[in-house]
Amino acid sequence: MNIPEPQSPLPGVSVSTDQGLLQWISSVDHKQIGIMYLLVAFFFFLVGGVLALLMRVQLAVPENHFLSPQAYNQIFTMHGTTMIFFVLMPSVLGFSVYLTPLMIGANEMAFPRLNAFGLWMTFFGGLLLYFSFVAGGAPNAGWFNYAPLNEKNFSGSSGIDYYALGLFLSGVGSVATAVNLIVTILYYRIKGMRIKRLSLFVWMVLVNSFLILAAIPPLNAALSMILLDRQLNAHFFTTGGSALLWQHLFWLFGHPEVYILILPSFGIYSEVFQVFSGKRIFGYGFVAASSVAIALLAFGVWMHHMFAVGSGLVVNGFFSASSMLIGIPTGVKIFNWLATMYGGTIRFTVSMMFAIAFLIEFTIGGLTGIAFSIVPIDWQLTDTYYVVAHLHYVLIGGSFFGILSGLFYWFPKMTGRMLNEKAGKWFFWLFVIGFNGTFFIQHILGILGMPRRVYTYPALPSYGLYNFISSVSAFIMGIAGLLLVIIVYHGMKYGKKAGNDPWNGFTLEWMAASPPALKNFDSLPVVNSRRPLWDLKHPENPDDE
Amino acid sequence: MRRFNITAETQRRRGIDKIFSASPRLCGKNYLDKSCILLQSMLHPSSDQAHSIYRLFNRFNIAAFSMLALVIVLTVYICIKYRVRKGEERTPAQFKGNNKVEALMIGVPALLLLYFFYHTIATMKAVEPNMRGNTQPDVIITGHQFWWEVYYPQTGVITANEVHLPVGKRLIMEMRSADVIHSWWMPELGNKMDLIPGRNNFLTLNINQPATYAGTCSEFCGAQHAWMRLYVVAEDSVTYTDWLAANAQPASKMAGDSLIAKGEQIFQTATCGECHRIQGTAAQGNEGPDLTHLFLRKRMLSGMLPLNEANLYKWINKPQAVKPGSYMPDFIFSKDTLDALVHYMAQLK
Repeated sequence: MNIPEPQSPLPGVSVSTDQGLLQWISSVDHKQIGIMYLLVAFFFFLVGGVLALLMRVQLAVPENHFLSPQAYNQIFTMHGTTMIFFVLMPSVLGFSVYLTPLMIGANEMAFPRLNAFGLWMTFFGGLLLYFSFVAGGAPNAGWFNYAPLNEKNFSGSSGIDYYALGLFLSGVGSVATAVNLIVTILYYRIKGMRIKRLSLFVWMVLVNSFLILAAIPPLNAALSMILLDRQLNAHFFTTGGSALLWQHLFWLFGHPEVYILILPSFGIYSEVFQVFSGKRIFGYGFVAASSVAIALLAFGVWMHHMFAVGSGLVVNGFFSASSMLIGIPTGVKIFNWLATMYGGTIRFTVSMMFAIAFLIEFTIGGLTGIAFSIVPIDWQLTDTYYVVAHLHYVLIGGSFFGILSGLFYWFPKMTGRMLNEKAGKWFFWLFVIGFNGTFFIQHILGILGMPRRVYTYPALPSYGLYNFISSVSAFIMGIAGLLLVIIVYHGMKYGKKAGNDPWNGFTLEWMAASPPALKNFDSLPVVNSRRPLWDLKHPENPDDE
Repeated sequence: MRRFNITAETQRRRGIDKIFSASPRLCGKNYLDKSCILLQSMLHPSSDQAHSIYRLFNRFNIAAFSMLALVIVLTVYICIKYRVRKGEERTPAQFKGNNKVEALMIGVPALLLLYFFYHTIATMKAVEPNMRGNTQPDVIITGHQFWWEVYYPQTGVITANEVHLPVGKRLIMEMRSADVIHSWWMPELGNKMDLIPGRNNFLTLNINQPATYAGTCSEFCGAQHAWMRLYVVAEDSVTYTDWLAANAQPASKMAGDSLIAKGEQIFQTATCGECHRIQGTAAQGNEGPDLTHLFLRKRMLSGMLPLNEANLYKWINKPQAVKPGSYMPDFIFSKDTLDALVHYMAQLK
């Protein structure tokens, strides 16, 4: 079957075989843009990781003087902001724009130039944020930047102005990419690729793009308001306005945001579990529908970040119930993935190992999430190290493990070369051990009364020891991060040739060359089910839908 | 609200002590001494409110650990049983799904959540009872960057950072903020409450056991958020009343000591009184902590250092070196001036 192709040539510099820097920068090809998103994420991951290690050095022993309080507060703010907006966000968008056209049998995104626009807005947003360091001081009020601490009289440096501008820019880029993805998925599917036959990764991208469209505007509104407050003495969040207004706007964005970061990872796991178990997904409809449920509920739970602001029983009760409900579709997913593995032929590739580890790590993060929906427990544990542990279990153990799983899974497609599996397993174990060592013990620190965002702490019983264990483990993660840099570099230079379909995959991207040509596909078989490649490989037993 | 037999509770929790701390807590009158180790763990509930939350937390932990164990066991079992062995060639059966299994996956968690939702509401009602319009607070706490103002409206007593409260009485605490958002958190006494500018929040508290409790500001509030700690000294009603009466007096003045007189004069002329209050003198500022009975307190700088003359000297000499980012400016005082100031302040009891 022929693939629809744009009539006129794509805008931008004509692509030759010479993949020079200028060619990359001017590219509007979705594969190159996807890879550049991932490179941006990788760059900021290294920066954010160094910031994290600086924090762990400062906290390794009680009453440490390694960092001044002012430096520490800038570092923890930049760590959180970087990891959320410039590591996880570009990672999920990178996989989305790289894979979506390939998986639906299209040759390009619907709006190639808009795609490039989205990427560069994100990248320049990040640079603008980091420019604050040389412009007098980085933002220092935490990644959620509560009012009125974010006002000029409490935070005098221009850091928070750069925070507002940087996040605004990258937010505009994300909205553009979301529109692009929605249109691509709805209009550029190959014949036979009905909505009900989309791979689960594309399903998650679709749901996620709607989430981005609805979640970013409240953030951009709040960012504009704080800029007006700081630059023109408006009073949105000070006397005459309301400090709580910031929290409402921010978390109306912020809670959907954490689902934006994890839904594409859910999509990655769904592909990886199927391929490395040699089975089709268990309960396709339930996995897809549970994501829609999560996306809808995401907008009705934001006040569980604010249970201690003194709202009444009715308000807290409502948001408690809605937050608990999130646990049901999430649990459905976990058990459907387990059921997908059940009875399969499980191959322990690095990609699969991250997916399996995710099941347990994310269950821990999910259960501590339920703790925060139980209002009285939240009253004790909110804003403590228990939250720090919880959010890292969902963002690393949930979202970031998915990105790593996806990296090992699709790297052969992106570069034509394999990553070294043996070194990858070393990386896996170092990273998982370091991760659990760093964060599990922080649950206990929170229960023992250690608040988050403190540059130091008194030598209360166990505090010193537990923090020291956490810091040492963080350095194990740091070593793992270095190893990943080496593995990726080695893979690009010397990796084994991959071939088109190294994992015995099920979805259309494995029909393209590795790496795919500028035109992804010349022709594709007729799509009759959710796993077109399975049908080709098993004509005796094709999928029924 | 239910009363608790403290001895039995303490006995029962001894196991937890072993896991979470090396030494038991018990700080009586000599609180904040070196020998006395304060914990601030939610696993040592000492108020009705904290007990309610603690019981709910235990229930939650049982359910959560069971769920986690189930996922771990299933994952490990499936991984071992269905791993591909060397040379194995097998095409697994291709299930589509099973609605009965899905119903189970939805039904069981839904029932569990219903159970916890019921207990959430019940516990919230116990911890934050409807005050039926009775919002006459016993204590008003005002958060400042980076210290706690403590005001007792019935007696007019003002102090800072160390909150004396009576045991066995239902207290209403009002929470306010003078600048940014802070949060009151005494883990052994129950729930947090944010202190938000432009908003008055209320907290009810029934403390069970006389002791000193440690807590901290738990909403990030700026440079010295880490050293915005606080203490609650819970006392029987006689001790508490005595303490209130002593603190209601204006500042004591020892006559005849020329160094004290000199110190007081410096305090009044060197703009200290613009920010600090000493009851009974012209110093009536409210930007910094009240100093009327400073040396009745045990620690200084919101828990950062033990309160003694040496530390006070160090602090006034170079505040920004001791607690960088706090609002106390660096003055340039001579040694004589500092000696007189510290000497004067040391008799504020």
